[in-house]
Amino acid sequence: MAKSSLLKSSIAKKVAMALSGLFLILFLAQHFFINSTSVFSPDTFNSISHFMGNNPLVQFVIQPILIIGVIFHFIMGIVLDLQNKSARPIKYVKNNGAASSSWASRNMIISGGVVFAFMLLHFYDFWIPEMVYKYVEVNPLDEIRYFGELQHKFVDPTRTAIYCVSFVLLALHLWHGFNSSFQSVGFNNKYSRSLHKLGYAFAIVVPVGFIFIALFHHFNH
Amino acid sequence: MKLTLKIWRQANAKAEGKIVEYPLDGIEEDMSFLEMLDVLNEGLINKGDLPVSFDHDCREGICGSCSLYINGEAHGPDRRVPTCQLHMRMFKDGDTIFIEPFRAKAFPVIKDLVVDRSAFDRIQHAGGFVSVNTSGKPTDANAILIPKHDADRAFDAATCIGCGACVASCKNSSAMLFVSAKVSQYALLPQGKVEAADRVKNMVAQMDAEGFGNCTNTGACEVECPKGISLENIARMNREYLSASLKG
Repeated sequence: MAKSSLLKSSIAKKVAMALSGLFLILFLAQHFFINSTSVFSPDTFNSISHFMGNNPLVQFVIQPILIIGVIFHFIMGIVLDLQNKSARPIKYVKNNGAASSSWASRNMIISGGVVFAFMLLHFYDFWIPEMVYKYVEVNPLDEIRYFGELQHKFVDPTRTAIYCVSFVLLALHLWHGFNSSFQSVGFNNKYSRSLHKLGYAFAIVVPVGFIFIALFHHFNH
Repeated sequence: MKLTLKIWRQANAKAEGKIVEYPLDGIEEDMSFLEMLDVLNEGLINKGDLPVSFDHDCREGICGSCSLYINGEAHGPDRRVPTCQLHMRMFKDGDTIFIEPFRAKAFPVIKDLVVDRSAFDRIQHAGGFVSVNTSGKPTDANAILIPKHDADRAFDAATCIGCGACVASCKNSSAMLFVSAKVSQYALLPQGKVEAADRVKNMVAQMDAEGFGNCTNTGACEVECPKGISLENIARMNREYLSASLKG
C-alpha cells in the first residue's frame, strides 16, 4: 500500500494553490481599491500610495510575502500542469472539453501565464522604478509624485492596450480561480451558490475596473 | 441509420493503435450504443475480421464496465447514463462517430477499447471498506440511528459505479471524484467514522501512487458522471484529508 505523506499529496498541492490564490485575490482587492481612488481623488491616491510605499510593515513584511506568494503560485501552477499533462500521455483523437467545462477552467495555465507576464511588465513599469527611486538613488520623500507617475505610464496607447488585454485574461483566471479556491479548501455547502455569484462578480468588476482606470488615465493625462 | 464509425483499434497493450473507419448501415434509433457495436462486430466476424473489443457486462447501468469515449465525451453525448444506456436516437443519420478508449496513464489500454481500470480496485483495497468483527451476534443495522440527511448523502455517494468516466473526462486524468465518493459514502455514516482518518489518507496515497493527475475543479467529472456524483464529495474528501493529516 502506498504511504501517506501530506506534503507530497495531490490534495496538499491543491490546497496550497488555493491558499496562495486566495491571498493574491485579497491583494488584488486592496490594489483595486487604492487604484480606484486615482479616478476620484488624486490627493487620496497620493496619500495612500505614500503610506503603502513607506510603511515598514508593508515594505519589509507584506511586500516580500506577496512576491513569494506570486512566485509560489506561478511555479506550483507550472509543476501541477506538467504533472497533469503527463497523467494522459496519449491524447484523445476527438475531445469535446467544452461539453462539460468552461474554457476558463481548462486553460488556467494560459490565463495565468499571461497574467504573470503582465506582472513582470507591471514590476518593470512601477515596482523597479519605485525601488530605484527609494533605495538606490535615495531621493527625498515626495508625497505627491505618485499620481503623476501613474498618469505618465498610461500615455502610451500600446502599453495601455497591453494592460487592458491582460486584465481580460485576469478576469478569465479569476472566473474559475475564485470559486475553485474555496472548493479546494473544502468549502462546498449551502452558502456556495451565493459565494459563486460573489466570485463571478469579483472576476468581472475588478478587471473591468482596472481597464476603466487604465483608459481613464490614458484619455485624461 | 447510416453511420461512419471511427474506432480506436489496438491489437494489445504494447502495440501501436490507430483510428480505423467502418461504414455501418441498418442501425435503428431504438438500439443501444452497445447493440450498434454488436451489429458492427457481427459484420466483422462474418467477414473474417477481428471484432472490436469493448468492455460491457450488465448493460443496465449498474456494473460500470462499459467505458467508451464517444465523440469527445465519456459515455457519449447523453447525460446521467453510461455507454450501455446511451441510445442511437442521440445520433443522426449520416453522423460520423469517434469511439475511443478512456485515456489515462493509470488506465492503460489492453486491447482496442478495453482499458485496465484495476487502479480503482487498488484504491478501494487501500481503505474503501468498513472492518466488521464477525461473531454469532450481529448487531441490527437499524439499531444505529442515522440522520436522514446523512443517509441520503452517503447513498448518493455510494451510487458511484466506478466506471472511470470522471478520470476519462478530466483534462488532468484526476480520479478525485471516484475516490471522494468512496471516502464520503463511509465518512458520512457512524460505521465508517471509526476508520475515517486512515481510510482517506490511505486511499489518497494510493490514488497519487497510481499516477492520476491533480484535480483543478473544472467540474467536467461531475457533468460526465453517469450517476451524477457531486463535487461536494471532493470538498468533503479535502476536509477529511486535511483534518486526518493534521491530527497525525
